[in-house]
Amino acid sequence: MLEEIYAREYRRVFATLVRLLGDFDLAEEATQEAFAIAADRWRAEGLPSNPRAWLVSTGRFKAIDSIRRRARFDQQLQKIAEQLEQHPEEDYDVVDDRLRLIFTCCHPAIAPSIQVPLTLREVCGLRTEEIAAAFLTTPTTMAQRIVRGKAKIRGAGIAYKVPEQEELPARLDSVLSVIYLVYNEGYSSLARTDLSLEAIRLARLLVELLPDPEALGLLALMLLQESRREARTDAGGDLILLDDQDRSLWKADLIAEGLALVGAALASPSVGAYALQASISAEHARAVHPQDTDWDRIVALYDLLLRADPSPIVQLNRAVAVAMRDGPAIALPLVEALLQPLSDYHLVHAVQADFYRRLGQPVQAESAYRKALLLARQEPEKRFLEKRLSELSISDRAVRQLGGGEEE
Amino acid sequence: MKYLLLVYGEEGLLNEDEMQKCYQESTRVCEKLDQKGQFLGASPLQPVALATSVRVREGRRLVTDGPFAETREQLGGYFLVEAGDLDEAIEIAAQIPGAGWGTVEIRPVVEQAGLPRK
Repeated sequence: MLEEIYAREYRRVFATLVRLLGDFDLAEEATQEAFAIAADRWRAEGLPSNPRAWLVSTGRFKAIDSIRRRARFDQQLQKIAEQLEQHPEEDYDVVDDRLRLIFTCCHPAIAPSIQVPLTLREVCGLRTEEIAAAFLTTPTTMAQRIVRGKAKIRGAGIAYKVPEQEELPARLDSVLSVIYLVYNEGYSSLARTDLSLEAIRLARLLVELLPDPEALGLLALMLLQESRREARTDAGGDLILLDDQDRSLWKADLIAEGLALVGAALASPSVGAYALQASISAEHARAVHPQDTDWDRIVALYDLLLRADPSPIVQLNRAVAVAMRDGPAIALPLVEALLQPLSDYHLVHAVQADFYRRLGQPVQAESAYRKALLLARQEPEKRFLEKRLSELSISDRAVRQLGGGEEE
Repeated sequence: MKYLLLVYGEEGLLNEDEMQKCYQESTRVCEKLDQKGQFLGASPLQPVALATSVRVREGRRLVTDGPFAETREQLGGYFLVEAGDLDEAIEIAAQIPGAGWGTVEIRPVVEQAGLPRK
């Protein structure tokens, strides 16, 4: 029971306390104390009627205590204590404090390389080690970045607030990209469904606050991806490609919501990168069987997407769609042109390997799969690539044995 | 919070007329800030040709001609303002005419206790 409340409420209580106390470290300490007291008190007395409000109020009192003890030495703390006493009680649930916190962590005065880790740490509660692993850096480096971000917020006086309506569009871009990174962290490392759901929840809040077409597009994109979560792995946790998925496992309610949002996003005068990615995902969702997929339309959508986001990753995805429409022989040169800019990205090698495999060139396929395997980080992806490799060598050996037979 | 807004720009970029216009607009910004109780001080600075740098090393005073660092963009003026948070300070900085042709650097001020008040 307490574990469940802990999982659900910890970051919310923390975010509210950050706003009330105006300090990350103080809020972290107060949140921990509030949960420690709750663990004792609730076991004996049962749950309060509103656990979140109880936790916030307990954390706040603990913080006031601790500030009073330290205030004698620190002027800034004295100010916080005075402010806290001036505004004793308030409605804690009006605006989601985590949304404020995201805007704080994604403030343009904070370096982009710090915004994402800071959000993952402070809003989503990931451990520094997890974030470091996701960014392929050491926990020490990551901890320094997070500390630098928090120091900038405190020292430069970055407010804990959602920006004014007129600033909102300009501030939205970085928030959207951070939310999508959080989603992907939860989608690619399969164990973290909670992170993906968190990202979806934050996007819903954002859409409520500002029905910007790109916010709608991002929410649609995540819902459509999420609809396939069950279908994309087997019982052993191995990846199943889109074509081989049991489409009856796709979540109809998420698809319906996603498709409606795509419609709304596309109806706006300016269509951005998230809305286009969502439209591509929607084409898959609409196809009852893989052979129903409208690859013509998907390639056309990728062409539009390339105009909004001319990145090599988008080009790689487009090449995969071209291979589906025109065959791997036509798409192979498109991927080869991307080997240089994406040399460290496992999927460029995996796609190349797949094209060679489909073209019946196992030797080239094997070498490309090996490169992909060296660069892949997620276990399910590694297992998938290993499986493909072993299938290759089986058929390869079969070919060689046949050849050997002829020589004898 | 107090913020120092430092206006950096290329010297000689503005001609005499443009410079006068810049001063007038800056004065209006200061008046507006003053009405909101946010104005603490402001001034344009003479060119770096008139700058003198002083260092004291091992008790010896070293005085040199010129600014702290020779760069293309130089400090040309400052505003000291009171703002609720960084967004408010950014809002003020964006109104400073110098932001249109140079760069305004926002520096939060350390509120040092025990300094004489004027």
